[in-house]
Amino acid sequence: MTLQLDFPAVLERWPSFLAGAALTLELAFFATVLGALLGTLAAVGRGTHNALIAGACKVYVETIRNTPLLVQIFLVYFGLASLGLKYSAFTVAVAALTINVGAYTAEIMRAGFEAIPRGQIEAAEGLALSRLQIYWHIILLPAIEKVYPALTSQFVLLMLASSVCSQISAEELTAVANYIQSDTYRAFETYIIVAVLYVILSLVMRAGFWGLGLVLFPRRRRLGTPL
Amino acid sequence: MQQNALSSEPIVSLRDVQKSFGPLRVLDGVSFAVERGEVLALIGRSGSGKSTALRCIDRFEKVDGGEIVVCGHRVDRPDVDLRALRQDVGIVFQSYNLFPHLTIEQNITLAPCAVKGLTASQAKDLARKVLAQVGLEEKLHAYPEQLSGGQQQRAAIARSLAMQPKVMLFDEVTSALDPELTGEVLKVIEQLAADGMTMVMVTHEMGFAKGIADRIVFMHRGKVHETGPASILTSPVTPELMQFVGTGNLKS
Repeated sequence: MTLQLDFPAVLERWPSFLAGAALTLELAFFATVLGALLGTLAAVGRGTHNALIAGACKVYVETIRNTPLLVQIFLVYFGLASLGLKYSAFTVAVAALTINVGAYTAEIMRAGFEAIPRGQIEAAEGLALSRLQIYWHIILLPAIEKVYPALTSQFVLLMLASSVCSQISAEELTAVANYIQSDTYRAFETYIIVAVLYVILSLVMRAGFWGLGLVLFPRRRRLGTPL
Repeated sequence: MQQNALSSEPIVSLRDVQKSFGPLRVLDGVSFAVERGEVLALIGRSGSGKSTALRCIDRFEKVDGGEIVVCGHRVDRPDVDLRALRQDVGIVFQSYNLFPHLTIEQNITLAPCAVKGLTASQAKDLARKVLAQVGLEEKLHAYPEQLSGGQQQRAAIARSLAMQPKVMLFDEVTSALDPELTGEVLKVIEQLAADGMTMVMVTHEMGFAKGIADRIVFMHRGKVHETGPASILTSPVTPELMQFVGTGNLKS
């Protein structure tokens, strides 16, 4: 038995691969931005004294963290459809991924918030800053800096997990691969290429987060020490 | 409120203040007052309630009973305007609590900009001024971790001064410092006192309290046990204060 690989037959479809990879990156970008926002709000919500808001945030986080992503995607997809709302597969995918990564972000950010020493908040209160100002100026960036590796890993994971969006025919990288392998009958070659492309996308994201870190954490950039 | 009309009123006054943590009665009917320009030192053993009393003034602790009036604010009332109170009161902590992700300049300019609405350039001028007051002009663009403990504490004092408080609270501000660094912080506080700042300080530096305080409040088991001018440290009346100052606390 010999292994015969025929890459040229598959590689001639490179424009499709590229389009799929671009869509995957786009999905990851929007879901990361929106998910970071949603997750941070949920983390703040879980820490408030309002039991209703704190409870709602907890139910959201625990529901999402204890159900499979694919089921969540189907729930959004068919849920919106049964309400008579028509959205593109891309929009549905972004919405589902945002809801998903928002829950994990909330847990990570909560850990970050809890790592801020009580004295920091007292000092800020003593300077007459409002609650919102304290969150914005004193808590948010140090909290993000403390959990930045966990946070960015989560977003890279999200990009990889977005492959299940092929199930609602969003034309991302894995969906493209499915078409190509059924056209060319070169499944192994196709998925080798797809795997390499996912590695490249991960590296692109990590580079992006590294650059964002330089902008967000000027102290770390200058001193190189952990907070 | 009517602070001008009440200029003869004390800046800080506590009357029969009660405070418990669970079953532990920390403040048991504490009363004292601080006049404008006065320096009051709160002394006593660990657990005597002196830090709690200080923190009640800025409402970092809520009292269970009694009356606290600070710059016209009724601090004991649940509806006290905390942000207005804290614009009038500056507080400096034992652990400095500078914001580690901000430069010294940003630490100082943050509240004047965010709370008082100063422009960035006004706030920067102010930062230079208050840093000069504590002798740290050259550390404007440093981060807190690049400073020694004494320098960090002086920067924290400058940050508090930038809000131009009517009274400053010092909560054991030299307890985390070695003797050499303690001296540079105490010098800054001495200068503030000489400039007429009203101050309440919790301190273990008896020699310093003796030199700077207009009045001493010795706390013991949640009560004001003995109070009077700084001379009570050298000629105490109660056996408790006698024992307290006699146990090597009176460093010169």
